[in-house]
Amino acid sequence: MAVDGIGAAVKRKEDFRFLTGRGNYTDDLARPGQAHAYVVRSQAAHATLGKIGTAKALKAPGVVAVFTGADLAADNIGGLPCGWGIKNKDGSAMHEPAHPVLAVGKVRHVGDPIAVVIAETLAQAKDAAELLDIDMKELPAVANMREALKPGAPVVHDGGSGNVCFDWHLGDADAVAAAFKKAHKVAKIDLVNNRLVANAMEPRAAVGEFDRATGEYTLYTTSQNPHVIRLLMGAFVLHIPESRLRVFAPDVGGGFGSKIYHYAEEAIVTWASAKVGRPVKWTAERSESFLSDAHGRDHVTHAELALDKDGKFLALKVDTLSNMGAYLSTFAPAIPTYLYATLLAGVYTTPAIYAEVKAIFTNTVPVDAYRGAGRPEAAFLLERLVDIAAAEMGMDRVEIRRRNFIPSNAFPYQTPVALQYDSGDYNATLEGALKLADYKGFEARRADAKKRGKLRGIGISTYVEACGIAPSNIAGALGARAGLYECANVRVHPTGSITLFTGCHSHGQGHETTYAQLIAERLGVGLDQIEVSHGDTNKIPFGMGTYGSRSLAVGGTAVVKALDKIVDKAKKIAAHLMEAAEADIEFKDGKFTVAGTDKAKTFGEIALTAYVPHNFPLDKLEPGLDETAFYDPKNFTFPGGAHICEVEIDPETGVTKVVNFTAVDDVGRVINPMIVEGQVHGGVAQGIGQALYENCVYDDNGQLRSGSYMDYQMPRADDLPSFKVATAITLCTHNPLGVKGVGEVGAIGSPPAVINAVVDALKDHGVRHIDMPASPQKIWGIINGNRRMAAE
Amino acid sequence: MYEFAYHKPASVADAVKLLAADGEAKAVAGGQTLIPTLKQRLARPTALVDLSAVRDLVGITVGGGKVTIGAMTKHVDVASSADVKKALPALAALADGIGDPQVRNRGTIGGSIANNDPAADYPSACLALGATIKTNTREIAADEFFKGMFETALKPGELIVSVSFPVAEKAAYMKFAQPASRYALVGVFVAKGPAGARVAVTGAGPSVFRWKEAEAALGKSWGVAAVENLKASASGLNSDIHAGADYRAHLIGVMTKRAVAAAG
Repeated sequence: MAVDGIGAAVKRKEDFRFLTGRGNYTDDLARPGQAHAYVVRSQAAHATLGKIGTAKALKAPGVVAVFTGADLAADNIGGLPCGWGIKNKDGSAMHEPAHPVLAVGKVRHVGDPIAVVIAETLAQAKDAAELLDIDMKELPAVANMREALKPGAPVVHDGGSGNVCFDWHLGDADAVAAAFKKAHKVAKIDLVNNRLVANAMEPRAAVGEFDRATGEYTLYTTSQNPHVIRLLMGAFVLHIPESRLRVFAPDVGGGFGSKIYHYAEEAIVTWASAKVGRPVKWTAERSESFLSDAHGRDHVTHAELALDKDGKFLALKVDTLSNMGAYLSTFAPAIPTYLYATLLAGVYTTPAIYAEVKAIFTNTVPVDAYRGAGRPEAAFLLERLVDIAAAEMGMDRVEIRRRNFIPSNAFPYQTPVALQYDSGDYNATLEGALKLADYKGFEARRADAKKRGKLRGIGISTYVEACGIAPSNIAGALGARAGLYECANVRVHPTGSITLFTGCHSHGQGHETTYAQLIAERLGVGLDQIEVSHGDTNKIPFGMGTYGSRSLAVGGTAVVKALDKIVDKAKKIAAHLMEAAEADIEFKDGKFTVAGTDKAKTFGEIALTAYVPHNFPLDKLEPGLDETAFYDPKNFTFPGGAHICEVEIDPETGVTKVVNFTAVDDVGRVINPMIVEGQVHGGVAQGIGQALYENCVYDDNGQLRSGSYMDYQMPRADDLPSFKVATAITLCTHNPLGVKGVGEVGAIGSPPAVINAVVDALKDHGVRHIDMPASPQKIWGIINGNRRMAAE
Repeated sequence: MYEFAYHKPASVADAVKLLAADGEAKAVAGGQTLIPTLKQRLARPTALVDLSAVRDLVGITVGGGKVTIGAMTKHVDVASSADVKKALPALAALADGIGDPQVRNRGTIGGSIANNDPAADYPSACLALGATIKTNTREIAADEFFKGMFETALKPGELIVSVSFPVAEKAAYMKFAQPASRYALVGVFVAKGPAGARVAVTGAGPSVFRWKEAEAALGKSWGVAAVENLKASASGLNSDIHAGADYRAHLIGVMTKRAVAAAG
């Protein structure tokens, strides 16, 4: 094995440039002659939009141009496309209203873009923006889903059935109804999965540039998937062929899903760069991020679990409302359907499941995938419901889980909600977590806390999730409008150094290190000889980007497939050089040998021969050593695990402190344990953030009340304990590395563990459930007699 | 932000002259409130009069039963002053808990008091300790200084020069931080000093105020027992997504009790 191959906790290659301020982010770019764009946004949640007078703004100092929706329409610019179509229960298509790049006729949420002012400086653009004469008449707005469904509610989009985007279902309603008739007990829950703002450290930014000489457009953007942006923006919005459109996402500072989607500003700066004949740059300010980045989650759910007298789950029925916001963001419809309802079996053998999901339009920012995307919603629902079921049955919370786990010998396991899990061992992760968390010692810790006047609780969550959404043909049948494969191009250079061009795109995950380790392991080449290139559609053949924890399971497998081709060809060259049969060539630790002889050639020698083919089988083999592979997975991968959280509550103030957090996850084979641990840490921090702190709040008029860090509480380092993190792996059976994915597990497993712990801490106060975030005020209200349990 | 003229006078007299000459000019101390306000285009002063070069406004003196702090003294310098820690440790601790290190390295006591943000920390210390605010023209007792939300007794163009805190026998500040901003959701400064037992509450209402019932109880008998069962009224308190008025009222009681316990 190469020293820094699979399993080595090597430091991240990219961190030197990140930690020393040498990263190259979109906002760092200063293109020659660039002008600055300021996007004028609606301050009303719902209003008619009439004429926009631009005359005064156009005369303001430094102004280059002002554009409105009418200008885009004059150029036949299309709306922002949705990448996933969902069918209603009756087979009809979902309501898919137009999503104009700049609002036309109406604005539908605070932050909806109305116009763009382009000037020499950003300050001049902002000054001029105040001179726009915008004819708007405010309309009644609706932000709450239940309100949006009431007769007479303001309608966000005409032409549909009220505010319903789709009314979808999955599972066997009859089987569920029959099972409920036989139930010994039924556990019920009503819950809210709180709306979140992604809050990537780097705000979104975009620079558009048009080259009059070549007719080529370039968009520099903060994207998790530049090829998808090129495809969507080129084909549907701006009508530019891919051959003349380059999309480059340089270093990207976090995304958590929010940078998957194609946003209006990307189309605006690209289109405008040709209109004004110079590069156009836009960078979001933080408050703009709150109003224009896609938000996450926002479910309201009622669910019931039927149990037999032994505590075995008989059936589950789920009724969910999912907020789409004012427009359909790129993958929004897929999140509460195929990434949520399909996970409702969780780690359990529940034989019958039926889920109904209504997606609702409201006058709020569009909602789409956020770290975990659908799976955290499923895990939170299930793990809360299982705790309630244990309470109803008078059973131990660990025991009820063990009794219902899919046993480790039952894989592959077909769930009643479409998915087939390939591997897992839920007892192993649970046992590992119980031990690491010293679960047995908890009651002593609870008693000690009581002496200190604190209420201590412990919560468990056992979850499964699905990563690397695939395969393309099945996804396509379910409504996906894009493929879900990945591409890798391994380019061996003449002296044996290597560049990998991957279609995935790191925005903090450490791809430059992990992929390099795969190559080092396989080719026996040092990490310093390997570079990983991503993000530039002009360099990389194609790609679907990074989201859904797919980069290793899908992108890494594409790398392996490309490496297969490299080794295969290199062996042929080696056989020729050493005058041996190809079948006798062995390749290990960077050396090609002939079995049973001492003949050997290094990988570097083969590379050189491939590019200087003086002694080369030119009649049988092409020169060069450069291979590309596309990989379309057979199935999702299914990471799972057990998270255990301990909290202490100050009953006087209602403040909850996470005092212990343990995560034992099955993420498949681990390539770099340090990176895996880091991903779990980040995910758990975000999960604790959702459970205790983060809350995106709209008032009844659609005004965002938590529109800055003054009111939107992010988890901070001093909020969090030192996590205990371990893995207990089973291998994925359908990819060559046996990898599953780790990017989202922390954010999926942790929220229910936290809330289960909070509910446990308050068990003497008669609490069955607390919605997230479990804020101090909410908990104080519960301790003082449930007065404010549902209130903010 | 909008365009403005920028002045950097070296003396109080020059600063006052500049402010008097332009009614729309604003003095800037540490800028921790004003600069974000300008960046968000919520204020449009014609000029900024930057006080950071006025050396006379910086410094801490302890003597005669008083801690006197120059208006342009930064929070970090109050927090780390050995003299303040010795004479009025509660004041040093309060300064050490304002914002974050970046804020403490820019923000000043004069700026904080002149701005009178309802959730600022310093006003509670001024009220509880019975401080005197010295301006370029007069001396104002803290009780007369804080008038309402972002309102003070300062006249247009009047500048704070220093703040004098009588040394107290016992004092402590307890803050329940607003979870997102970490400003005081409820901050309570208790003191047993020359002016008797005083309890000042910040964050909870539109402006800092004294909790007279608690003062009376502590005046009779200083100690946790005196305030243990005392309930603050929710009437007139602030209400927002983090805390309703009744929760704030409850926290006033808890923080008061804890502050008394900490004061000893």
